[in-house]
Amino acid sequence: MPVEVTRDPAREGARILTICNACRYCEGYCAVFPALERRMNFTPADLDYLANLCHNCAECYYACQYAPPHEFAVNVPKTLAQMRVRSYQHHAWPGPLAAVFRRKGWIAPLALVIALAIWIAATNGSTGTGAHFYQVISHRTMVAVFGGVSIFILIALAVGFVRFWRESNASSGSLANFVALKQALNDVFRLTYLHGDGQGCTYPQESRSLARWWFHHLTFYGFLLCFAATSVAAIYHYAFGWRAPYGYLSLPVVLGTLGGVGLLAGPAGLFRLKQRGDVATCDHEQDGMDIAFLALLFSTSATGLLLLALRETSVMPLLLAVHLATVLALFVTLPYGKFVHGIYRLAALMRYALERLRVKGRNAPGR
Amino acid sequence: MRPWAKQSTCISSRRGKNGTSEVIDELPIFDVLVAGGGNAALCAALSAAEHVAHVAILESAPREFRGGNSRHTRNLRCAHDAPTQFLTDAYPEAEYFADLLRVTGGETDEELARMAIRESGTCMEWMRSHGVRFQPSLSGTLHLDRTNLFFLGGGKALLNSYYADAERRGVRILYDAEVVGLKFSGDVFESATVSLRGEPVEIRARALVAATGGFESNLDWLKEIWGEAADNFLIRGTPYNRGKVLRLLLDNGAEPVGDPKQCHAVAIDARAPKFDGGIVTRLDCVPLGIVVNQQSERFYDEGEDLWPKRYAIWGRLVAAQPGQIAYSIIDSKVLGKFMPPVFPAIRGNTIPELAVNLGLSADALASTVDRFNSAVRPGTFDHEGLDDCHTCGLAPEKSHWAQAIETPPFLGYPLRPGITFTYLGVKVNPQARVLMRDGRSARNIFAAGEIMAGNILGKGYLGGLGMVIGTVFGRLAGNEAARCAG
Repeated sequence: MPVEVTRDPAREGARILTICNACRYCEGYCAVFPALERRMNFTPADLDYLANLCHNCAECYYACQYAPPHEFAVNVPKTLAQMRVRSYQHHAWPGPLAAVFRRKGWIAPLALVIALAIWIAATNGSTGTGAHFYQVISHRTMVAVFGGVSIFILIALAVGFVRFWRESNASSGSLANFVALKQALNDVFRLTYLHGDGQGCTYPQESRSLARWWFHHLTFYGFLLCFAATSVAAIYHYAFGWRAPYGYLSLPVVLGTLGGVGLLAGPAGLFRLKQRGDVATCDHEQDGMDIAFLALLFSTSATGLLLLALRETSVMPLLLAVHLATVLALFVTLPYGKFVHGIYRLAALMRYALERLRVKGRNAPGR
Repeated sequence: MRPWAKQSTCISSRRGKNGTSEVIDELPIFDVLVAGGGNAALCAALSAAEHVAHVAILESAPREFRGGNSRHTRNLRCAHDAPTQFLTDAYPEAEYFADLLRVTGGETDEELARMAIRESGTCMEWMRSHGVRFQPSLSGTLHLDRTNLFFLGGGKALLNSYYADAERRGVRILYDAEVVGLKFSGDVFESATVSLRGEPVEIRARALVAATGGFESNLDWLKEIWGEAADNFLIRGTPYNRGKVLRLLLDNGAEPVGDPKQCHAVAIDARAPKFDGGIVTRLDCVPLGIVVNQQSERFYDEGEDLWPKRYAIWGRLVAAQPGQIAYSIIDSKVLGKFMPPVFPAIRGNTIPELAVNLGLSADALASTVDRFNSAVRPGTFDHEGLDDCHTCGLAPEKSHWAQAIETPPFLGYPLRPGITFTYLGVKVNPQARVLMRDGRSARNIFAAGEIMAGNILGKGYLGGLGMVIGTVFGRLAGNEAARCAG
């Protein structure tokens, strides 16, 4: 019955989307609605997919003739947000670590403290101005720790992606459909569904704004620039034998600085928006998880830029340990925090692009 | 601002619920007072606010339910001579008017109708300038992609844009504000008595725009017309269209228009809420099966014509059945060929089992289905066009889409009349000015939207025309009221 509101997110999701499927007024807003209209009923796997297609822009909530206090109490963005966290848990690997999602972000400071202890233990006591990074902590130690952790998180993220993808019953070969892949990557890199054709979206409040689109771009591209900086530095190290620290105008430092600025402004802005998020449309239960991720991104950048500024002073060894600890804490929490939204969003957008191609093919003349 | 705009303010105070005196802020004498809070009201207020400083909207619903039946709308029927961004082909004014003549059987005021049709082509730009966005026609409505312009997100999104724009332009918006009395001095409107959050307040204005819709949610009024049967009617839209202003205007000498005993009704799922079920409670499976009444008897040709052309007669058909209830019966082979309904089907693995689950007589329904099945003639089923599947030797026959009901599980949906709107309204002239029974026109009272739609729609309905009447006459009434006040 459409009026019997339930507390079970899966049943509630199916109830609400059944109403949406009979209404369809929101079809023009985003991918969620055309995707749900291709279904007659909603399995848990369908709900996972639709939940991860949703960008939580909330346009459909404000436009909804059935939104509370209407007795149908349709609240798509909040319900799908609740189902998203469940899907993160459901797909997490290794399984027992899915419990981290229920800790609402409290695991992040714990990871930070442990990481700090590791790096302080790894410092060889070298202090004073003029010391180099690798005199404080050996290059080999850094590579061993980050290499090991990176391999683990890549596996964890890949397993999550594969589990999510398998639920869709789509073949793994369809991932190589370049038309669909191009569309999905386009939607990710341009953040199409928060852009609203230039008007932005109704987040954090009912009046439309591009704030989230901008801050997310700053965060996303800031992250990629920092990643690029590290990659270039690795090439310098291994291919050319050029050792860090690099000059202020060197490529790794310029990339890292630009990325660092993005990672300060982006997460700070997203945090500010989150605080203003409409209680009607946001699942504030997830704030802990979201804020932990934003805080680690922000601190990674802040400690990195500070280290750059003070790398020739006596506080360098301490700052280095703190920075590396922050990065390590960020890394180990990646598969068990807000970061995974990007993995499943990409998978969902890919699946959506494939579905759309299939529908177009079916409607093509002569078929 | 004019010098007198501030000099005569009407200070209202009222006793709070706990007995303390609560001074509410001063309400000026408004230039234009708009009664109503739907599309027509907002178009009137936005237009008036372009010319005068003090405009107010009286919305009888709380903010969450603002917007009347416009909340449930989704498109506007738009005349155009060439394809546009969202509309295909052309829809010339002549064809539009011919369509109107067909649905109304000629019961229309030609001058007003032609005005509305002509202006419909100008609506989109105006709407866009007030923040409304559009989208291609929705899936399942492809037959409308030439004629009807769809609002992105539907009617509530449209209203959100208008309300936000009205706030930006300084229009005073009062929610929970129901007009309960109108005061005239001779033939001039002077003030409205408004129940503002339950407390009476006198609000004065130089001109009034009545845009308060019909009376379809006034259950007592419906009962006066249809008797006890009205208890079984469901109201598809807002519970706030109680027809108060309509009645006040008629009682004060306004000339009525439209059949006071008619309403637009479709057959909707009987499990829908009493009010505000909106679009999702519709059932599109009627032409794919049979429809029976409480006695398990068929009573009308379910396959007479394409569903978009026939859905609107089924409200009245069901209303004429005993208990105002009927049941649409289909089998599993037509699943997926109609828009998914919001309520689950009532099921049975056999027809008698379905009958019992629906509360019908097992024998009677089985015999009706048997008779129907044996009257079905072979044909090529095509649910998207007028196919050749029909019955022979039944009363009533089924002219199209007649297939034997034989594939279990069998599905049933209970149907009740769902009232969309009523036709009774007030007569207006081409300035949207209310006409009086003695032949004069009211000095400073204008009407827009459903309350005067009967001038153009004497009967029947043309999808998307309600929003045209609201927009065109809303803008006109706002402009004329401002001119009258200024």
